[in-house]
Amino acid sequence: MTTLQDTLPDTGPAAPILSNAALLRLAVVAAGLVVAFGIVPAVATDYWLSSIIIPTVVMGLAGISLNLLQGYAGLVSLGSAAFMSVGVFSAYNLILRVPGLPLPAVLLLSGLIAAAVGVFFGLPALRFRGFYLGASTLGAQFFFPWLFTNYPWFSNDSQSLTISAPRLEFLGYDLQSPVGRYLFVATVTALLIGLAFLVVRSRLGREWMAIRDQETAASVLGIRVARRKLQAYAISSFFLGITGVLWGFAYLGTADAHTYNLDKSFQVLFIVLIGGTATIFGNFLGAAFIVLTPILLDHLVLAANIAYLSDQGAITNLQRVIFGAIIIFILIKEPDGLSAWIRRGAEALRARPKT
Amino acid sequence: MAFFLETLIAGLFAGLMYGLVAIGFVLIYKASGVFNFAQGAMVFLAALVFVTLVERGVHFWVAFAATSALMVLVAIAIEALVLRPLRNRDPLTLFMATLGLSFVIDGATQFFLGTDVHMLDIGIEDIAQDYGGLFISQFDIIASLIVVALVAVLALVFSKTRMGISLRAVADDTLAAQSIGIRLPVIWRIVWSVAGIVALVAGLLWGARQGVQYSLSLVTLKALPVLIIGGFSSIPGAIVGGLIVGASEALADIYLGPLVNGSVSTWFAYILAVAFLLVRPAGLFGDRDIERV
Amino acid sequence: MASLLELSDVSLSFRGVTALNALSFAVARGEICALIGPNGAGKSSLLNVINGVYRADAGDIVFDGRRFEAIRPGKAARLGIGRTFQHNALFRRLTVRENVLAGLSRHGGASFIENVFRFGRDRQERRDFSARADRVIAFLGLDAARDRIVSTLSYGIQKRVDLARALVSEPKLLLLDEPMAGMNQDEKTEMSRIIAEVNRAFGTTIVLIEHDVGIVLGLAHHIVVLDYGRKVADGAPDAVRNDPDVIAAYLGTVH
Repeated sequence: MTTLQDTLPDTGPAAPILSNAALLRLAVVAAGLVVAFGIVPAVATDYWLSSIIIPTVVMGLAGISLNLLQGYAGLVSLGSAAFMSVGVFSAYNLILRVPGLPLPAVLLLSGLIAAAVGVFFGLPALRFRGFYLGASTLGAQFFFPWLFTNYPWFSNDSQSLTISAPRLEFLGYDLQSPVGRYLFVATVTALLIGLAFLVVRSRLGREWMAIRDQETAASVLGIRVARRKLQAYAISSFFLGITGVLWGFAYLGTADAHTYNLDKSFQVLFIVLIGGTATIFGNFLGAAFIVLTPILLDHLVLAANIAYLSDQGAITNLQRVIFGAIIIFILIKEPDGLSAWIRRGAEALRARPKT
Repeated sequence: MAFFLETLIAGLFAGLMYGLVAIGFVLIYKASGVFNFAQGAMVFLAALVFVTLVERGVHFWVAFAATSALMVLVAIAIEALVLRPLRNRDPLTLFMATLGLSFVIDGATQFFLGTDVHMLDIGIEDIAQDYGGLFISQFDIIASLIVVALVAVLALVFSKTRMGISLRAVADDTLAAQSIGIRLPVIWRIVWSVAGIVALVAGLLWGARQGVQYSLSLVTLKALPVLIIGGFSSIPGAIVGGLIVGASEALADIYLGPLVNGSVSTWFAYILAVAFLLVRPAGLFGDRDIERV
Repeated sequence: MASLLELSDVSLSFRGVTALNALSFAVARGEICALIGPNGAGKSSLLNVINGVYRADAGDIVFDGRRFEAIRPGKAARLGIGRTFQHNALFRRLTVRENVLAGLSRHGGASFIENVFRFGRDRQERRDFSARADRVIAFLGLDAARDRIVSTLSYGIQKRVDLARALVSEPKLLLLDEPMAGMNQDEKTEMSRIIAEVNRAFGTTIVLIEHDVGIVLGLAHHIVVLDYGRKVADGAPDAVRNDPDVIAAYLGTVH
């Protein structure tokens, strides 16, 4: 046990204008931007952009959205995809019914509509904790597909109930090509990552984590628990709404209510758990896992040339088994998610010069 | 009026099935604190194995015994490969693991046994008969009796036998139960086995009505509202919750559906559950713990 | 001077078990009041009623001239009731400084938009919170642990962080639930010195629960003895020490 005397601060050196850590952080951000906006679009093929990089980035963003709610504020949602679908249907109708609305405004408004919906389905959080919250968000997961298929107004009375991406353009730039769609996704993602950092490092983020760790103590300290929880649902759903627009318009091109089904919600949950709770960049590792695993399994099955598996249904089911098994394996072996790999890597790098 | 009652009865039958699946949840939740998403997959697995055996000419009771044995093996495997390594982890992690488990079970079942829909005849005629102006299927009546008998047996086992008392001890206070020599892995294996056999019964009754197919697996999604209404830790609660959900879903479909031009059964149960939470947070039969700080 | 806190006929029961039985007492402004009594006497329940974690079945509470039948924890905090916990209730994945900052929540006036985008009232709030937190951290000698995650700290330090988190919002009334539990004699002496110093330096009224009668007699101005949810004795340390009822309640149960 330490007593007052020996815990007195040692008078450290005066802080320089920019500490080493801050410089390092700045360098990492700059390098990230160069890779994201310079190297990737120059190097990656259209196939890589369209089939691997765009979905990974968008799903990573979905993971961040849920992580804000679950990892930071300690709340549960089983309906992430429903809030994504609210975003994409809002965007579709805004573009259709409010001609001339610029793309950033469409995204912002779609996010805000999703946020309002999120707050509504988060209301039960004012009375219950933990798993019970699954009920209302799972309800959202079934309600919105029903709403969007039952009322064709939402898909402009299209026969197939699907909505197609509008022409994506901003300030006269055409964003239809794979590189254009990638730059669109990367820009929105970079802005939202920045916003996520601002949120988790603000008083709001701190109070979320306080509520997550010890709700009773948080309320005893005067933290407005109810308000903070609803803000968590709002902000998480705002992110999810925008993510839904990216998924529908920049990745798939067309979407319907069932694009955003329960499986998608579970994928987002997996991303958070595999990537690591209360992390930002870990979500992209989780997303890469979710996107790449089926592709790798496809190649594996082809390479193994298992003749009697020519039935596509059997292959799909085999993939399901392997995917489920890998999920369980990661949950057992990496309690902190794959972001523990990054941390360990960083620690190893830091340790090297000293030893 | 007769139409109302017939709708109600059809709803109650569906609710009995929800309740039967929810019992599997309650058993596992009490013994291991896990919200077992794979319960629906277990229903599907049991039903498909059983129907495949019967179609190949295996006698009904032999097939029943063989499928039960398989469910016990599955339970032992789950305990060893999933539960034991994940001991003391938070409930959300355990839930995610059972989600992974449901992928494994669903996928493996269809990989080995195919994706076709199988008709299942368990020897009870599904023909409506006139009971004083009400048309009720004999099948519904016998199925209800089977469920009642199953619940009675389970209630008796858990209140009277040594194993049942151990289970309740574990549910009350896991650490204390361990300290008096109750072995958790054994309890878990037994409880997951019983849940597997309950899944078999649910799969047979439900499969006989609508065919054995993948959608059996999805009945698990209705379990959350059922458990919220009935209480997470009560077997009678699961049945009553199931009946409430089933009946109100059927009635809402008939009377609310036309107003919003479509079936509301996909989401109605959740709204009902949230409404129940507001009135009775612990469910009809559950206890509410007092928080200690 | 009038009492800061007055309880009259407060009762509380759980599933038919009585925790508090028509309890009345008053705490004067600026004093240190100790609640003592055997385990299960209802001491923690009493603190939980005062700051609204539990809702009393009957009776009322007057705090700082305002009467309440029931109060919510957040409201209690905003009125100036601070609290530490018997069992570790820190935000375990946050740093010491973040825990202390979280204790300032009742003084925050900025909207979440201002907080996130760092404009408007957030600027002043950030500076103010930072200064207050650093002051309390220094006062309690926690500088070296400032940026450590609390779950990695020793038990004694965690107890001190709990006190810092309650103290930083400058409450009028500070409720301390066994602040010295699990400490050795030196640590107890140190903690009791800190509590006396807080009372002297900030004029904070303190109600504390403590089992070590030796420490209590030296620290408190006023002692209330509870047993089975009832008040057995109430008065100055010297009077309580010689009260036959107190001796009876404590016979064989003193630690």
